[in-house]
Amino acid sequence: MFYTVKDLIEQSHDYPSIADLMITVESENTGRDKDKIRSLMECNLEAMEKSVKEGIKGVKSVTGLTGGDAKRMDQYIDDGDFLSGKPILEAVRNAIAVNEVNAKMGLICATPTAGSAGVLAGVLMAVRDRLKMTKDEQVDFLFVAGAFGLAIANNSSIAGAEGGCQAEVGSASAMAAAALVCAKGGTAEQAGYAIAITLQNMMGLICDPVAGLVEVPCVKRNALGSSQAMISADMALAGIKSVIPVDEVVDAMRRVGQQMPSIFKETAEGGVATTPTALKLKKEIFGE
Amino acid sequence: MKDLRFNSVFDIIGPVMVGPSSSHTAGAARIGKVVRSIFGEEPEKITIDLYESFAKTYRGHGTDVAIVGGLLGMKPDNDRLSDSLKIAYDKGIKVAFVPKSDKVDHPNTTKITMTKGDHSLTVTGVSIGGGNIQISEINGFKISLSMGTPTYITIQQDVAGMIAQVTDIFYDRDINIGTMTVTRESKGEKSIMIIEVDDRKDHEEILKQLKEIKNIENTTFFE
Repeated sequence: MFYTVKDLIEQSHDYPSIADLMITVESENTGRDKDKIRSLMECNLEAMEKSVKEGIKGVKSVTGLTGGDAKRMDQYIDDGDFLSGKPILEAVRNAIAVNEVNAKMGLICATPTAGSAGVLAGVLMAVRDRLKMTKDEQVDFLFVAGAFGLAIANNSSIAGAEGGCQAEVGSASAMAAAALVCAKGGTAEQAGYAIAITLQNMMGLICDPVAGLVEVPCVKRNALGSSQAMISADMALAGIKSVIPVDEVVDAMRRVGQQMPSIFKETAEGGVATTPTALKLKKEIFGE
Repeated sequence: MKDLRFNSVFDIIGPVMVGPSSSHTAGAARIGKVVRSIFGEEPEKITIDLYESFAKTYRGHGTDVAIVGGLLGMKPDNDRLSDSLKIAYDKGIKVAFVPKSDKVDHPNTTKITMTKGDHSLTVTGVSIGGGNIQISEINGFKISLSMGTPTYITIQQDVAGMIAQVTDIFYDRDINIGTMTVTRESKGEKSIMIIEVDDRKDHEEILKQLKEIKNIENTTFFE
């Protein structure tokens, strides 16, 4: 087992890939055989694919607060007249799709949580054709993301109630960035830099859900988290390094999470959750 | 090995679940599913008491829908979960939600009572985060069931020799029983066994063997 990102990177050099290391460790920890572990991950991949497709068709949440934006984004991409690049916009569209499906009580794969489920599925579905990834390579992508995610989770947090949104969408974006680097042929070290770069920019992000619902601003934070994962991966692949070592950044996120007041940790008592409009919406939805 | 909070890649990638919240939706559905397994049959009437955070946010997070889905036997990844209230209504099952203002030990707590004819069961469940749950009380009897370890639940007639027959099956396969809870409605009626074991191996065969035992009405395995 690896405990830190540095451990993970070092141990991965003794294996054909980070995915192989992760599957070996999983087999040791759970007693499941490797084929079973791969097939379980394939089920997760299929759930992600379905949620992206469903969201792009256009859905509406139970409360009506979110929905339809993935479809809007899809139309915008189809029109072909945009500012940034197509892969990023597709990742954004896909991430919105997954979290819109989540908000309407549809089926999603939590990565690492339900509220941050859009980022990883979003970037994977945006790059898999461009990178000509086979199904096995897509499953590997999820093991790589999960491996880096474990190292983050065990040294910091992945729960908004514990560490704010930095712990959820921040961790999701960081592990997505690392998996993107590996999928594009970058090194494990570069994947580590991508995590450090992402988390430094996400640091301090609060969890302030309007009416306590996993909708506003969660859906859009997933969208922008996916775009950031793509940019961080490109920066690391360009050879840009992080001055602060990745594990020190992860630990800084843990400390920031502890120091963060509880009004910013999934209690809906601060941030955009206490704006006049948010309070009005809360009253409309719950009638109290 | 160090004591880590997360040991499995599937703690990070997964579970596949119906949204929007792992604690308020997936955990709630799991509680419902466990309660249904302990009850062993489809109820006519369900009363769901909700406490603290569950009481305040159950509608927005779909906690109500998720618990009822679980009580109908659905898992957290069942895509019919969001239709559960309608399905229960169509089946003629009476469902009542009762938000409570009492203080309890954990913010996400629910106390569920199921009834069919004379058969009645009350179970208290807690959603502790990330889709993980605990069962803290059955029919007023305090227990602590984490559901994080492989667990078998059996419902049987309350007659002599049942425990010995069941534990023999685990002994024969060299599977250690970690904890075991046995309780009953009243003498000679139905009894419940909840068995937490150290090894998930052979669970399909074990379920089959348990079902073959005379007087066992229902068995379930949770991983």
